[in-house]
Amino acid sequence: MQTHQYDVVIVGAGGAGMRAALEASGEVRTAVISKLYPTRSHTGAAQGGMCAALANVEEDNWEWHTFDTVKGGDYLVDQDAAEIMAKEAIDAVLDLERMGLPFNRTPEGRIDQRRFGGHTRNHGEAAVRRSCYAADRTGHMILQTLYQNCVKQDVEFFNEFYVLDLITDHDLSEGDVPDGEEVNATGVVAYDLATGEIHVFQAKSIVFATGGAGKIFKTTSNAHTLTGDGMALALRRGFPLEDMEFFQFHPTGLAGLGILLSEAARGEGGILRNSDGERFMERYAPTIKDLAPRDIVARSMANEVREGRGCGPNKDYVLLDLTHLEPAHIDAKLPDITEFARTYLGIEPYTEPVPVYPTAHYAMGGIPTNVDAEVLRDSHNVVKGLYAAGEVACVSVHGSNRLGTNSLLDINVFGKRAGRTAAAYAKTATFRDLPEDAAARTVAQLDEMRDRPDGARVAEVRRELQETMDANAQVFRTGESLAQALDDIRGLQERFKTVSVQDKGKMFNTDLLEALELGFLLDIAEVTVVAAINRKESRGGHYREDFPDRDDTNYMLHTMTYRRPTDAPDAVDGTVGEYFDHVESFDGYKVVLGSKPVIQTRYEPMERKY
Amino acid sequence: MTATLDGAASTETATAGEIPTFDVTLRIRRYSPENGPEATWEEFTVTAHGTDRVLDALHKVKWEEDGSLTFRRSCAHGVCGSDAMRINGRNRLACKTLLKDVNPDKVITVEPIKGLPVLKDLVVDMEPFFASYREIMPFLITNGNQPSKERIQSSEQRERFDDTTKCILCAACTSSCPVFWTDGQYFGPAAIVNAHRFIFDSRDDGATQRLEILNDKEGVWRCRTTFNCTEACPRGIEVTKAIQEVKRAMITRAF
Repeated sequence: MQTHQYDVVIVGAGGAGMRAALEASGEVRTAVISKLYPTRSHTGAAQGGMCAALANVEEDNWEWHTFDTVKGGDYLVDQDAAEIMAKEAIDAVLDLERMGLPFNRTPEGRIDQRRFGGHTRNHGEAAVRRSCYAADRTGHMILQTLYQNCVKQDVEFFNEFYVLDLITDHDLSEGDVPDGEEVNATGVVAYDLATGEIHVFQAKSIVFATGGAGKIFKTTSNAHTLTGDGMALALRRGFPLEDMEFFQFHPTGLAGLGILLSEAARGEGGILRNSDGERFMERYAPTIKDLAPRDIVARSMANEVREGRGCGPNKDYVLLDLTHLEPAHIDAKLPDITEFARTYLGIEPYTEPVPVYPTAHYAMGGIPTNVDAEVLRDSHNVVKGLYAAGEVACVSVHGSNRLGTNSLLDINVFGKRAGRTAAAYAKTATFRDLPEDAAARTVAQLDEMRDRPDGARVAEVRRELQETMDANAQVFRTGESLAQALDDIRGLQERFKTVSVQDKGKMFNTDLLEALELGFLLDIAEVTVVAAINRKESRGGHYREDFPDRDDTNYMLHTMTYRRPTDAPDAVDGTVGEYFDHVESFDGYKVVLGSKPVIQTRYEPMERKY
Repeated sequence: MTATLDGAASTETATAGEIPTFDVTLRIRRYSPENGPEATWEEFTVTAHGTDRVLDALHKVKWEEDGSLTFRRSCAHGVCGSDAMRINGRNRLACKTLLKDVNPDKVITVEPIKGLPVLKDLVVDMEPFFASYREIMPFLITNGNQPSKERIQSSEQRERFDDTTKCILCAACTSSCPVFWTDGQYFGPAAIVNAHRFIFDSRDDGATQRLEILNDKEGVWRCRTTFNCTEACPRGIEVTKAIQEVKRAMITRAF
């Protein structure tokens, strides 16, 4: 076992982690721990762009961007946070340009901008060109540019290190602490994939930037490695997860595969058609049609299929039509996604429409933070020395549905804020002692998993989890389907206790790590479904067929899910919240719900029409 | 669809709407220092679907037959660069190589990429590769004051280095290069590609320094233009052309 001491430890080396590292590493001793090489992170798969009201190509301003973000999120957005993001977007883009990001350019040589779903001029009048982009590989360019600047700044990385535990001075999963009492994050325990050795990192500030959890679903645009590690570690230490019922299904995944085809395809003029060749989005969103927000488009597509207007032999997808666009325009603006269609489906997008269907894409929920990226342990107390940014976090700038491009923006704005806040705190704080057996829990968990004789296979349990989530907790949900999902998850949690791995070695034991990642997935799926069961309304990405309307009277609140001991009170923050009073018991713990107010500043909730 | 797949699929009784399946055999180079010093070949036969990639077949082996089979992967659609490997003797990304395109009627060989130390099965030590990358100063270097807004760059100037911005650092090119195999000191194609990306960026002022580094005896001049790198690149970057442009820039000092 090795031990390390750093002022700031950043977990995750995607966009948010590296943006934080660029801020922190210049100020204090900083380490970035990542289970992948930084350039493998899934930020690199983002395609369409990053919105900022630069107004380079037409009139625009940050207030319109804020409004679109709030409305896009179906009013569950914290409006102060959205305003910060929209304002700081402009500098975030300029920062990246100065770091070297090769944006596409206007004829005048400025950063070019294009249309994207839900981004409008003057509060919904028409689509606006706000997305700054580099062909359809904007995320790739952001990831490369941030990594390049980390190389320049000599940032210290621990690559292929899996963080498996978060160390705190109070374990809230063993019981609440009184309001106002200090809770500190003091370190993390990591596993070196190459050697199997355990490393304990003591830190004054810890930034979680571990990304999403799309692998709880079967059909997903997410990488194999997006297993919700950071979210699950926080949950297991008793910290809440916020708004987990809101998961975004991106409308245009390659049918059957889930590989992402950017919304930029529609931003550049692509049209969705059903089996009658009809541009069906005209019926669902008459003003901005195919550029409606993703939740609306995904639901409309699923509805077309459900009502028998799907395409293909099984009528189970719709078509993304680019055939009316000039091939040269497609090559210039959408080279990668058209290549995906050719490579994976053998479809030539110049001449044939591309089969598409919604694919699990983005967790709007996550570890709750305030606008300075400080993690909350309930609706109002912060955890000292713990920060989160990017998809793992819930600020909440995305509310119940994220607008396209706002995630690349989120990682840059709040990654930067997290790095700054973490470094500033580390300058004033002292190291706190770690318990002698800081790694004991992790070592025991690893040993048990490795030494367990024959049992259930990881892949089998994972497949069943993903199948029940796709069948029961996807675009359309009901109380019944969610109860089924929860029942399945309970059974799978039990079977997980019998999972065994075949690789018993120390070196590059990915078999073992996949098993631990499955544990994270199960925990995340569990709270996702519990939160979805409780929210008896439809809002943004969470659509309940048994409660198809938005219910602002009772549910205009963020959901908070907590893991607590079975004998703890069914209350958090000292009270049992009305409509957020749901409790689900599991073997050895229970999930207790609570709520957190939505911050409203300028915008009164309105009916969401496009 | 290729004739190969049709041939393979027609042997199955495909019911309407069902995706045809076929069996495929992978011959995989196995090595684990924990199991002895020798690398061995091991064959696995799995059932695959028409749209499956080599990565899907590897996952099937790992998930259903032998959990100890070890390889890197993440995004599974050719953008993260984790799963470069030698498939039927050619460097490719496993997630971008459809089984039907590598003749699944015959045994498909899968080996680690060459020229980097093998750590376990298909996993190689990437550190030497990234060390070369870091050496060419892969970041924008500018003189003078920072502009208050964006730097101006014309579409033509932006287009000049577009091809080399596509690099995902998968090492398929570098590990396909015979010079790199025999001389571990050579920077290799990927590092030069990334130098090219900055040398030809109109906003960059560091070209002279980078060319100085690449003018080293282990630099661009070791390239023998065998074009392996260009063929290997899963992103379609004209790697050899980029290297030639860097060589020319070194002579003419025009970039």
